[in-house]
Amino acid sequence: MSDGPQVHSDDKFEQAGAPKSTQPASSEEAPNPEPLFGPAGEEVQRITPRERRRINRRELLKLVPVVALGAFAIPKLRERLLMNGQELSDWASGKLFGRHRLAQTFSDRDVVPFERFPYNYYHVLDPEVDLDHWTLKVEGLVRRPGEYRLQQIRALPKLVQNTRHVCVEGWDVIGNFGGTRASDFLHFIGADLTARYLEVECADNYYESIDMETVLHPQTLLCYEMYGKPLDRGHGAPLRLQMPTKIGYKQAKYLNTMRVTNVLQGGMRGYWEDQGYSWYGGL
Amino acid sequence: MATRVSAIDNQSTDARITLAYEHPWVVRVAHWLNAVAVLVLIGSGLRIFIAFPSFGPKIPQRDFFHVPRELTLGGWLAGALQWHFTFMWIFVASGLMYVIYQLVTGHWRQVLFLPRDIAGVWPMARHYFFFGKKPAVETAYNPLQKLAYTATILLGVLAFLSGLVLYKPAQFWWLAWPMGGFHFARIWHFIAMCGFVAFIPGHLIMVLLHGWNNFYSMITGWKRDPEYLE
Repeated sequence: MSDGPQVHSDDKFEQAGAPKSTQPASSEEAPNPEPLFGPAGEEVQRITPRERRRINRRELLKLVPVVALGAFAIPKLRERLLMNGQELSDWASGKLFGRHRLAQTFSDRDVVPFERFPYNYYHVLDPEVDLDHWTLKVEGLVRRPGEYRLQQIRALPKLVQNTRHVCVEGWDVIGNFGGTRASDFLHFIGADLTARYLEVECADNYYESIDMETVLHPQTLLCYEMYGKPLDRGHGAPLRLQMPTKIGYKQAKYLNTMRVTNVLQGGMRGYWEDQGYSWYGGL
Repeated sequence: MATRVSAIDNQSTDARITLAYEHPWVVRVAHWLNAVAVLVLIGSGLRIFIAFPSFGPKIPQRDFFHVPRELTLGGWLAGALQWHFTFMWIFVASGLMYVIYQLVTGHWRQVLFLPRDIAGVWPMARHYFFFGKKPAVETAYNPLQKLAYTATILLGVLAFLSGLVLYKPAQFWWLAWPMGGFHFARIWHFIAMCGFVAFIPGHLIMVLLHGWNNFYSMITGWKRDPEYLE
């Protein structure tokens, strides 16, 4: 920027060495005639130690935003602040989400072999669902609550997709999933589509809640098939959620209850979410 | 900024101090916010990495390396994610604050590393690390500084973009493409972290070498008796 003539060759600096007490009058008239500048354009001042302390105090005050970070060192505040930070991220994630913006789908070549699709569970891999007598209990803000059989769900239009399943731990797999669009099923049961949430409960006591926007996304499945075969027990037979726009722990397995609601009960937002994981969990 | 008028105080002393305003408050605030954010993001990022310390598939899982928990922040995965999802905002905001300020004031010209700076890097590095003669520097920042500071900006951009792909792969899948795909985003994110880890000790050594007065100018903005005004 300014590698040019150096201000420090200026007389004002040379004068500085001279004892000022010999010329009290002149120094009072023109203490600081004009701001000086260093080689890189930085403002230069010649001041007394006392003025320097005053300036330093003022400059230190400007660092308040940095000092505010110290709040994270106080355990009580830290917990609150970190939850707020995560909620801000969840809020921004919701804003990024578009119901008509699709997650990437993949060719069959990219799908990982079934044997290499991990079984993930928190408690038991097989909660021993009685598949022959299984029904999905539907309740909440719906016109036709009750018990629904798998055949009724399978009778709705079927969607098969190769999508990426992303685990919060950091691994991911591209799998093949088949099922009914959740939005089709919500229409079928006469759900209030202006409601805010869908809650699900599972045979292994897992539970989840999903924002309605995501439930109505065209790639959100009530999934009953993987790799062209009925869901096996480890992957959540007979019915699970499969949402390529959500992180793995939102994809509840072994569904047995579904509730449409406007209110999430505290401590019932989701098994992992209630322990501190992001509720929105959007990808 | 208004001209500062310093009243002369004959009683106190006739010794006057020369001060140069090296670091405007925007730069200082951005620097310290960013410094804290980078440390938090590295610590919590390493804890997140422990949950799956690999760049390969889940089955079969081959761990890349073991991270000692003592170096990490957050306690467990959810805690580390909370730190990460909070301080990523502070990291990006302070980074943007700095870059925008540099652009608006034109100060970027002092610090941006350009091809013409390449020749000066080695003499400067030789001076610092191998006790070579100090090259004459006519500019506000020497070529090695420009290289280091420009590199941190690029690292920040890389960390931000690769982080965006990791966080929102369904929304930003197209951004994964130039990185070589979703799996490479995790590698790029890790590389950016390594870059910061490499920068920090070098930066701290330089700060130590240049003493308290130099360090203090990043706190108050004013540097006392700057060497270029001797």
